[in-house]
Amino acid sequence: MTAFTPSRRSLLATAAGFGLSLQLLAVPALAADSGLNKKKMIVVICRGGMDGLSVAPPIGDADYHGLRGGLALSDGLPLDGTFALHPQLASLHALAKAGEARIIPAVATPDRARSHFEAQDVLETGAAGVYSTTSGWLNRAVETLSAHRKVDAISIGPTAPLLLRGKVQTASWSPGRGVDAEARLPSLLQDLYRNDPLLGPALARGLATETMAKDATAGLSGPAQPAMMAAGKAGGLKAGAGGGVQQGREAAMSLGQSLAGFMREPDGPTVAAIALDGFDSHANQAGLLNGRLAYLDAVLDGVHKGLGPEWQNTVVLVATEFGRTARVNGTGGTDHGTASTALILGGALKPGGIVGDWPTLKPGALFENRDVAPTLDMRSLFKGVLAEHMALDRAALDDRIFPSSATVKPVLGLV
Amino acid sequence: MALADQDLKAAIAVTRFGLGAKPGEIAQARQDPQGYLRAQIRRSGADQPPGEAATSAQRMAEFREYRRDRKDARVEKTADVGAPRLKAAQMETGAQNQTEARDPVKVVGNMLRQDISSDFTARTQLGASTDASFRERWTLFWANHFTVSATKAITGTIVGPFEEEAIRPNVFGRFMDLLGAAESHPAMLTYLDQIQSIGPNSQFAMFARRRAPRGVGQAGIQEAVQRKVGLNENLAREIMELHTVGVDGGYTQADVTEFARAMTGLSIGSERDGVYGGAVFREQAHEPGERTIMGVGYNQRGKGQTNAILTDLAAKPQTARFVCTKLARHFVSDDPSPALVARLESAWTVSNGDLAHVAEALIAAPEAWDPTPRKFKTPYEFIVSSFRAAGGQPPNFQSFGPILTALGQKPFSAPSPKGWPEDAQSWAAPDSIVKRMQFAQAFSSATARDRDPRILASDALGERLSVETAKAIARAESRPEGFALLLMSPEFQRR
Repeated sequence: MTAFTPSRRSLLATAAGFGLSLQLLAVPALAADSGLNKKKMIVVICRGGMDGLSVAPPIGDADYHGLRGGLALSDGLPLDGTFALHPQLASLHALAKAGEARIIPAVATPDRARSHFEAQDVLETGAAGVYSTTSGWLNRAVETLSAHRKVDAISIGPTAPLLLRGKVQTASWSPGRGVDAEARLPSLLQDLYRNDPLLGPALARGLATETMAKDATAGLSGPAQPAMMAAGKAGGLKAGAGGGVQQGREAAMSLGQSLAGFMREPDGPTVAAIALDGFDSHANQAGLLNGRLAYLDAVLDGVHKGLGPEWQNTVVLVATEFGRTARVNGTGGTDHGTASTALILGGALKPGGIVGDWPTLKPGALFENRDVAPTLDMRSLFKGVLAEHMALDRAALDDRIFPSSATVKPVLGLV
Repeated sequence: MALADQDLKAAIAVTRFGLGAKPGEIAQARQDPQGYLRAQIRRSGADQPPGEAATSAQRMAEFREYRRDRKDARVEKTADVGAPRLKAAQMETGAQNQTEARDPVKVVGNMLRQDISSDFTARTQLGASTDASFRERWTLFWANHFTVSATKAITGTIVGPFEEEAIRPNVFGRFMDLLGAAESHPAMLTYLDQIQSIGPNSQFAMFARRRAPRGVGQAGIQEAVQRKVGLNENLAREIMELHTVGVDGGYTQADVTEFARAMTGLSIGSERDGVYGGAVFREQAHEPGERTIMGVGYNQRGKGQTNAILTDLAAKPQTARFVCTKLARHFVSDDPSPALVARLESAWTVSNGDLAHVAEALIAAPEAWDPTPRKFKTPYEFIVSSFRAAGGQPPNFQSFGPILTALGQKPFSAPSPKGWPEDAQSWAAPDSIVKRMQFAQAFSSATARDRDPRILASDALGERLSVETAKAIARAESRPEGFALLLMSPEFQRR
């Protein structure tokens, strides 16, 4: 038994978990294919309930203007006969025109409670309901893939999103000053932490990432600002008209490029997660989303440009916990709703129209006469990408990564 | 669970219940650790941060003037606009700084930003210096339970006053009173969008509709949007989900909407109201009629309706369960024992939500004295306890503000109404541990050049100091290195 390599041992352990299936045994053969090792996947979580009808306004839907009133967008960037993209999503629009970005206009998690926190938990754990699991689906995906090939994951930001928390110790990084490699403190602490299950692995991982960061972020245009990831500017006040927005865009772009920089490193992560806050638009939605969507667009632009040739191997998913009410509320905003718009982009993507059906905004078509009705389970989207892009087998997807989800079919043909 | 001896109990009292030990503090608690904590419970509430405090009404008024001036300045493209503070700023800077003088609105913007920093600095200084740090931790718990965040421009300047006016005076009173004070405070009304929420059948809405143009459909709706007439259910939902019964508390979407209707009218005064920037109730914006929430009918008129609903929500057993679970999670463990929660819940129930009584039950609970520290410090707790261990106070915002942001806990800016997370997983990401280490290194060089780290360690942790950590500190090559090891030790990172 001692002759087993660690990866072989963990493969057997995994296989024992759900019975040896033929697909599973077939995977190691695939791992020899270096193309598979290059596949990259990035998940962007937009917290707060991002308004799908603003991300990709259905300007050709006869009921859109009536429901949205003053919030209806007239200057959207057209996609097809029905949909446009928000005017701030210019980089994304260019990708869509090149066949490298698509929208999923009516997607939702299985949760229907309209609570941010419950819905975010369900979105990130990949469970059928709240409280049923405490690790993130992306962490479990990495854990399963690690049995077959080297897969590393990173989250960008000072705190790791639930999506990437779990058994596998993943990396995390946010902009800051580097670590002095000559200092004694890091090694003294590693010694002090050797029996600490929380701090030991975290510090080791953090130090390794810092080393990688020196290369990954070399030659970036401007400093990425951790604070910019949250909605509020310094102290909640804008630093000044014009200048602040431009700085925000540069910081966002730089953040995306840093993420891409890590993924381009020879031993860099192939899976990444990043969470952006501040999409809860109960009041004065137009102005708020102008800022947040410009920020999102710049992050995605940074990832695209930063990845360079690796973009061809990449799929990026952008998702939120729920959409918002179809009708504008009394305060120039919208309240918590159900389905929203997700985005999928990347050089590995097959060109195509919208993903999933559009339920329309007809009076009878709204969910509970209030929200965009979901036509697709968020897990179907995630499963599709994990199955075809990352080569995870169906059994693991149905059972382990998205528990009890055999009836939730993956969306195939995206890559 | 082993029982802690007296010395260990003293260390636990000061580091787990409190915000960390100042030199000499553990020795003071040794005589009677529980009594040491009980003595910090005070009917009149928490301490107020040092310095001259502006009221939220003043800040609100100032901010409104600032915003108006900024608008005027844009329209007129001239520097000469009304507000007194603006004029003062102009005079102050006029001669010396040409660029700023051309844009005095920016100067006032900077002043408002400084207000936010100085509020947070005062609060941090209180935390770093207080002799009653259990009282302060208890207060911070409630400030986080009723989160108002600076993620909106206008709320930034009133988070500090909100804590001082609504939270601090009420933390050892009845939960009902704390709830009432928090939900009707201008900061909460602003943060959760209540001020613009208007009853669709209120006098105000009727009037607005009469004035709308005859055309139906899109134009009419657009008009309504411009006039901002209608409901906003944000505050109603978060009161139920986050402040009282919890997401599983048994309410429906219909209850949320009904509650939102009941609360219409809660607003903030303008100059005409005589309480500029203060909380007011506008009968004309209130949705008339009876409301039904969680099966109970409310036929009160005006603000009485909101009060009656809040009173009922505060008294629900789901609220006791939800809030006591959060308390146990905050003070003792991310995954608290049901026995501990049950103790707190029963203290809550027999006393009708008397928070002093609940605090006493927490101090008396044997589960809370488990020798194994199960809580990983949040960035704020880590930074404050570092200052306490050094026996000093943060001199200015710069000494702790930027590091809190880098560690993911930007001052006064919780990411959502749910407040800051409590669990270790949220704060112990690899990047955070590296950044804590960098802070410890810089902080130690600045504070411990001439102090014996072995003494600092035994003062900071008492009986909680492990043999391994003590050994590592004794072997350090310099005093700052020894102090940094203490701050980063597994037992200092936890409580």
